[in-house]
Formats: sequence, C-alpha cells, structure tokens
Amino acid sequence: MTHAFYLTDEQAEAFGRELDAIRDEVRASLGENDAAYIRRMIRVQRGLEVAGRASLFAGVLPPFWLAGTAMLSVAKILENMEIGHNVMHGQWDWMKDPGIHSTTWEWDTACPAEQWKHSHNYMHHTYTNIVGMDRDVGYGILRMSAYQEWKVWNLGQPVYNALLAGLFQYGVALHDVEFEQVIERKKSWRDAVKMLKTIGRKTGRQSLKDYVLFPLLAGPFFLYVFSGNLVANFVRNLWAYAIIFCGHFPDGAHTFKAEDVGNETRGRWYLRQLLGSCNIEGGRLFHIMSGNLSHQIEHHLYPDLPSNRYAEIAPRVRAVCERYGLPYNTGSFARQFGTTTWRVLRLSLPGGEGLEPRSAMAA
Amino acid sequence: MSFQTTAPAMSRQPASPLRRILGALTWPLTPDAFVESLLPQAPVAARGRVERIEPNGPDAATITIRCPRGWRGHRAGQFVNVGVDVDGVRHTRCYSISSAPERGDGRFTITVKAIANGRVSRHLVQALEVGDTLSLGEPTGEFVLPAVLPERLLMIAAGSGITPIMSMLESLQAQDRLGDVVLIHSAPLPGTMIFGAALERMAQRHSGLTLQRYYTRHGGDTHQPGEHNGRFDAGQLDTLCPDWRERATWACGPDALLQNLERHFERAGVAEHLHVERFRPRLRPGAAADAETAQVTFGRSAVRACGNGAQSLLELAEASGLNPEHGCRMGICHGCTATLQSGRVRDLRSGEIHDEAGDLVQVCVCAPVGDVEIDL
Repeated sequence: MTHAFYLTDEQAEAFGRELDAIRDEVRASLGENDAAYIRRMIRVQRGLEVAGRASLFAGVLPPFWLAGTAMLSVAKILENMEIGHNVMHGQWDWMKDPGIHSTTWEWDTACPAEQWKHSHNYMHHTYTNIVGMDRDVGYGILRMSAYQEWKVWNLGQPVYNALLAGLFQYGVALHDVEFEQVIERKKSWRDAVKMLKTIGRKTGRQSLKDYVLFPLLAGPFFLYVFSGNLVANFVRNLWAYAIIFCGHFPDGAHTFKAEDVGNETRGRWYLRQLLGSCNIEGGRLFHIMSGNLSHQIEHHLYPDLPSNRYAEIAPRVRAVCERYGLPYNTGSFARQFGTTTWRVLRLSLPGGEGLEPRSAMAA
Repeated sequence: MSFQTTAPAMSRQPASPLRRILGALTWPLTPDAFVESLLPQAPVAARGRVERIEPNGPDAATITIRCPRGWRGHRAGQFVNVGVDVDGVRHTRCYSISSAPERGDGRFTITVKAIANGRVSRHLVQALEVGDTLSLGEPTGEFVLPAVLPERLLMIAAGSGITPIMSMLESLQAQDRLGDVVLIHSAPLPGTMIFGAALERMAQRHSGLTLQRYYTRHGGDTHQPGEHNGRFDAGQLDTLCPDWRERATWACGPDALLQNLERHFERAGVAEHLHVERFRPRLRPGAAADAETAQVTFGRSAVRACGNGAQSLLELAEASGLNPEHGCRMGICHGCTATLQSGRVRDLRSGEIHDEAGDLVQVCVCAPVGDVEIDL
C-alpha cells in the first residue's frame, strides 16, 4: 500500500477518529450564522451579476466595459466555486432549504449538475488521485502522474493543457463522457451520446443567454455585451482551472495506483485524502474567490462541511497531521501553480517518477 | 392546528412569453431567485412576509402573512405548509388558515399554539418577528364547507382545532350566510381560549350562533350560560344540541376527541354527517428496544424489511433486493439522498437523529430507529 509508509494500522485508525471528532464538532455547531453566510454570499453574487450585466450595457464607454466585465467575471467565479460547487456537495443540505440544496441546484457552467455530482462528488472525492479511477487526474487528456503510461501523444500536453485552461468548463463537462472508455468499448456509444445531448442542451441555453439574448437586449451595443460575456466566461475558466489544478498536483502531492489502495479503512481514506490534496495560502478574499478550495485538504477530508468553516478547522487539522508526522502540503499560489505547471511539462515526456514524494516511493 | 402531513407540491401555471424570456435571461436560476435575494421586501412565489403577530390566548399567536405572488387563495378550512428557519434549519409544518378567504387585503392568518418541546410552534409564537419571511405551500385540504350550505351546522373544536373553523365562521359572516350554527369549543381555562373573545363578539352580533364553551381545568363555579367545567364528551350532545343528528358537523382537535365523536356518530347511524380534521401527532422516539426490530418500509418499491438499528438503510434496501442509486457508501458524496416519509433515522457517524417527514437523508450512513418509511 503506497500510503502504508506513513502510519501503522492502529495509528491510521486513531488519526481517523481524531478527524471524525473535528467533523462531528463542526457539524453540531452549524446554525444561523452559517445560514446567513451562504445567503449573504448568494446575495453578493447575484448583485454582482446584475450590476455587471447592467454596466456592460454602457460598455461603449471603456470604464463601464471594464467594470462590467470584472464584476461579471467575479460573479461567475463565485457562482461556480463558493456557491455552486459547495452547494452541490451537500454542504448546505443541513439547512433543509430546498432553494439551496444539493438535490435541486443547477449552476452556470457546461457540466450538468447531475453528471457533475457523479463524476466529482462520488468518483473524484471517493477515489482521489487514484490513477484510472479519479478522472480529475488529467481529465482523460493529460498525463498527471508518473503511474500513467507515457504515450507519444503526451508530447503535445503543454498545448492540450493551455486549451483545457481556456475552455475549462467544456473540459469538465466532457471528461465525464469518458471517450476513451467508449473507444475501448467499456462504455456504450448510446450512453455517451445521451450525456453529450444533455451537455449540448445545457451549453445551448448558456450560449443563448450570454451570446444572444443579453447582447440583443443591448441593441446597438451588441458587441460590447457579447465581448464582455465572452471575456467573463474565459476569466472564470482560467481561474477555475488554476485553482483546481493546484488542489492535487503541486510538488509533494501523492498520486496512487489502484492496486496499492485496496480495501481502505476510513482512517486510510482520510490519509489518502490528505496526501493527495494541497492547500494554497492567501487572504480571506482569496479563499472566498477560490470557493475555499484553497483549503483543499480540509475540503477533501470533509467535502460536505460548509466551506466557511474550513479556515477555522485548518489549524486543527494541521496540528493533528503534525502530531502523526504527516506532510501537510501548503504554499503560495505561485509555488503551487508553478510546480503544477512543471508537472504538466515534465510528464509530457516519459518517466517522471521523481515527481512522486520519495517517502511514498520507498514504501 | 398543525399537522405533520405534507401538502402536495404546488402545480405550475403556464409561463407568459415575458416570463419565459426573463427565465432564459436568469437561467439556470429563476427571476424570483434574483428578486428574493436582492429585493427581500418584494413579493415572490411561495414566500410570505410576516406583517403582524398578535397574542391569541396565553401561549398562542395569530400571525398575519402577506400572500405570496401567484397565491391562488384558499377555501375556508384548508391548511397550508409553512416553512420557517430555526437556528438556520428550515422546518415545515402544516397550519390551518384561520382567516376568511373574503379578507381581500392580500393577507391571511395562521394561528399557532406553542406546544411543549414543539421547536417550530414555539419559534413561531415566541421568536418570530414582523418582517421575517415564511416559505409557503399552496393551501390544500378537504375540510371545507360545501357550496350548498346545510341549513343547520354543528362545529366542534378543542384548543387550536378552532383555527379552520374560525376561517369557516368568518367566511360565512363575510358572505352574510352565518345562520344556525352551534359551536362547541374547549380550552383549559376561561382566559386561554383561542379566539375566545372574537367568538363572543361574533355570537353577540349573530343570534343564530350558539356558543358552548368547555374549560377542562377550571375549578370555579360561576358561569354564564353556555359555559361548562370539565371535558366535552359526545354523550353530552343530546343536552347541548338536541338536534345534532340532523346537523352537518365539522370537528377539529386532538385525536381522542375525534375518535369519541366518530364512535358516537357511527352508533347513531349518522357517520356521514361528520367531517373531521385530524392532528397527526409526531411519532414519539421509540424505546431503545425498538431499534432492534425496526420495520422499514421502502415506500416507492412497496418493499418491507426488518432492520437492526446498526445496518444502514442502503444495506437493508440492497439485502431486500432493491438497488437504490448511490455513490461512495461512506456519506461524503450525497448521491444516495432519499426522502424520509415517517419515523426516525440515526446518522451512524455522529448519532445525529433525523425525524421530520420530508427530511432528505443519506441512506448509506443512516440506520432506522424504530419503524421507518423511506421513499426508495
């Protein structure tokens, strides 16, 4: 087992119990302040969206175009990250508000909520960083672990990576279709086409709104609104890509082979989540803009605890990790993004085993 | 009065072209979602602002609520699903509407009695403030007066069971159709009767309305006509209202009262004259021993199974030959969420109890505590 190196079975279970205790404590303390937080966040997001779109109608004046595009970009980022992603995780299900619930939420991105909840909440969060099981390891197009076999077309990876960043929402939507599984005949065309149709319908509605209806409403200023919306979607794509790739692939992050994981206990599951996740340091605003995925470790240990609590539990989680002598991967955005990009470049070539932490390789 | 039942979801009206365009512009949200977030004072669908809270007896209150946008109104006697946030958590209960449909100022009232340990009723009576918002379903229920009104009516209530009847009486009064009505109403003490003063005023104005009031915990012996000590029993109908067999009767109150009336009307061969609205008492926490032999009903598939309190609902469903949708099997992905229809379940991780009908629970980490019905 790759991560047997760090803890004995007894230690792993004790580690798991300590982390469970933190979870239970936070869960029991949720209340009015937390509910007010998410409602305020939603209010701010909707306010920014309305203000941004209104400002773009005056986009013929450059300051309005810039302000409108900036506000809409921020609104789209908040909507996807601090709100949509977290609501769909069930982080706010405890409020029992049908309007802010994982079973009803739909978000402003190409990936339909139902597909996302399967590929992300279940596959990615259960099998985090296990090559061949967690499709976020490269989205089916990038080689992100030395445990993935190198193929000639991996040489083009720096280019695919740049395209993925710019078109991230479509990459996310399509990675769940699992084209390579269809080609290997492990998945039927019928299923793939069904998923593509759903994605197509959703993309159609999104494009109609951002690229037809709102620009048409602006009349002669069609192009200003059109371009503002295009840029806002692009900015959101880049930002989401950067934050999400920093979550699991900076220097020191572990990836795992399916055969090494085996039948995990809850304690070992926690350990793998810790070893496969990386935090990004920053201020309060940065954490909110990242959807608190800058607390990726806490998010992966407790995917359904409300994101506004990650900052407060991070020092406690870190202290537990230190007591067990476990690594806690955190660093500046520059460090995490730089080393992630290095991994993309390095793994476009064969080999790259040196990217896996030495402790794990020794096991 | 309140129920634990859940009213059917509100049906959608066809959207106008303007609303369809607005819908496309706000998609995947709705125009209402923006209005609700950004203009909290504006009326939106399925949400009503609290406009007034008046005490009604010592531990009850009448709450005036502004009708939501698109509100189709109610028939006197119907109830409505009311959702309120307590400590950040939305709780939903049904309350009878206590005002008449004829009220006509875009508002309606519910009248709530705070019951001991009643999280929602206590919040509504004691902590609710003017300006708060309640989530509202559509009015529903069959406890209503027929279009062709019988000449003589008998109405029997106890405690907050008066609320749907109050709506009926107000409605009849507004339509100028309040004729021969005998109303039997109960309260613990003279000053605690819900709508006691309003009913007295109404009886003064309408000679056809006869009040018979019971005070179940009153020891004093000075009474005006129509006031009684003790508990009302159907056997007393012969003296209180000798022609009760010929009267169309509406009754609302605790189950013991309604059973008493049902037996009495049946014995007299006039069961079809009696219309009742029932309290549905909450299932009480089962004793620890119950957990050993929990009967689990999977409502959608009509399968029953016997749980042991340690096995998750998902495992139990699978052992019973069902294959419910699920993901991680460890409570992190929320892919197995299902609706609890009745009973109590325990989260095996934290021991947290979910016990409200309509709660969405993760079946992979929840086990039954006593008998449970779940929508799988």
